[in-house]
Amino acid sequence: MEQPEQETVTSLQPPAPVAEPQAPPVPQPQVLTGTTVFDAEKVSCYYGSFRAVTDVSLSIYEHEITAFIGPSGCGKTTVLRTLNRMNDLVNGARVEGDVRYRGASLYGRDVSPIAVRRRIGMVFQKPNPFPKSIYDNVAYGPRINGEHNKKKLDEIVEHSLRQAALWDEVKNRLKSSGLGLSGGQAQRLCIARTIAVEPDVILMDEPCSALDPIATSAIEDLMRAIKSRYTIVIVTHNMQQATRVSDRTAFFSVLRNEESDTRTGVLVEYGRTEQIFHDPSDSRTEAYVTGQVG
Amino acid sequence: MSTITGQPPDLHEAAGWRRTKNRIATAAMWVAFVLVVIPLVFVLITVVARGIGIISWQFLTASIPPQVVPADIGGIGPAIVGTIEIVGLATVMAVPLGILGAIYLNEYGGRGVLARLIGFMADVMTGVPSIVMGLFVFSIWVIHFGFSGLAGAIALGCLMLPVVIRSTDEMLKLVPNPLREGSYALGATKSRVTMTVVLPAAIGGIVSGALLAIARAAGETAPLLFTILTVTTVNRNVFSGPNTSIPSQIFANATSPFTGAQDRAWGAALTLIVIAFVLMIAARIITARFTRYSR
Repeated sequence: MEQPEQETVTSLQPPAPVAEPQAPPVPQPQVLTGTTVFDAEKVSCYYGSFRAVTDVSLSIYEHEITAFIGPSGCGKTTVLRTLNRMNDLVNGARVEGDVRYRGASLYGRDVSPIAVRRRIGMVFQKPNPFPKSIYDNVAYGPRINGEHNKKKLDEIVEHSLRQAALWDEVKNRLKSSGLGLSGGQAQRLCIARTIAVEPDVILMDEPCSALDPIATSAIEDLMRAIKSRYTIVIVTHNMQQATRVSDRTAFFSVLRNEESDTRTGVLVEYGRTEQIFHDPSDSRTEAYVTGQVG
Repeated sequence: MSTITGQPPDLHEAAGWRRTKNRIATAAMWVAFVLVVIPLVFVLITVVARGIGIISWQFLTASIPPQVVPADIGGIGPAIVGTIEIVGLATVMAVPLGILGAIYLNEYGGRGVLARLIGFMADVMTGVPSIVMGLFVFSIWVIHFGFSGLAGAIALGCLMLPVVIRSTDEMLKLVPNPLREGSYALGATKSRVTMTVVLPAAIGGIVSGALLAIARAAGETAPLLFTILTVTTVNRNVFSGPNTSIPSQIFANATSPFTGAQDRAWGAALTLIVIAFVLMIAARIITARFTRYSR
């Protein structure tokens, strides 16, 4: 784990306008418009000498839900984790290419991953509430950002739990352990915890894969409800989920090199969700979304 | 309506070699258990039987009389005070350092050269015989500054340090990584993650590991032989002048030909066992208390 110890926010200035024209990302048959939050350009991710993802270029748009789909090992989680520098925590992980967040380079010199993650939150595959009370779980983020006013914290906790549609279920037991919640509740607690720091973007790594259909549907409703305030990127194995919640979909696949016997993840196609699922331009996408492979 | 045709299948466990093996293994386990328990029970019965009659308030507080004096006069007060002073000082030196060392190994060092070196050194240090540790402190400290409780505490601290590092290290390894990632994802720095998520999740195990190390140190004799000597009156200054401890007193008295001294050794042995027992119980209680939120 290599992690610079920086409390102060030195870099990641307010978005500077990106002047130079960008090379059009991989196959993009339609014109995508809107304010972009992320612009990834020729991003490759390595774990040691293993190249997990090769040359991914895509833009993620404000106040939309973008879904990453694809078979296992295609690198969609890896790409997601490069968006808030979570992969810095993995030994030997390395990123090539450029990821811009509102114009600022995420992997530029002196960029603090701490500052990045305060703006770009993450919800994980397995609900991971801290072994603390429900209240302390939600108040954790505001507290590390220096908020210690009891009244303010109460407000933030209630507001976040309400947004995460969990308030009514836990309002009478805020002091009990966050580990006593069911899977779906625990995942909503993790979302509330993320919302509490008022991030700009929420990254979700298969947030429903450990949940039953009812809890999944609660999380999906929640995502649709909060997308007007946040930009959401979600990795999912569930294609129905992608069609239900996402505005845009990126399909990743595994590219095998028979000669060197290596494999790497690539972005096959990216576009509006209905186009990806109903009118895919790449045969691999079509095979995947219609269930012929994978 | 469903119908069942033919004989119902036989769902009983089949007799035979597999069953026999199971019985043999179970019997072997019981034998091993009894073999382990026999010495423990004998030690406890003997020490309690011979020590219980000796212990009184006077025995626990009075100064140590000459060895010829019978057991109903005098006591082991200076040894109890000395043990508390020396083990306390050793704890203050070894436990924080050991916990910090383990945090470095686990959270900061990663697979770096320094971390691996420290881990290896801690393992080597665990293997150093306690009497060698006593000799080491004798040669680097006692020769220059004389006998003192401090010298004994340094020797005990050197013995406790690797134990604390290893037990804390194991506890930190048990903290699931998703917890750390959850904290990082909220924009926490590494020190925050360590202080607010990792340590609270592991604190029960860390404290009980430290208490067990303290209990071990309280019973050590060899490192104290040439670092504190023995005295017969309370030495309140742990930093200078010879001191004494319960194990040193047991050692001195048990090898004495006088029955009074031998009786005092039994009483001191029982006192030591009770102290160790109390620390073990405290370790259990603390572990249970701190894991309140974790299940």
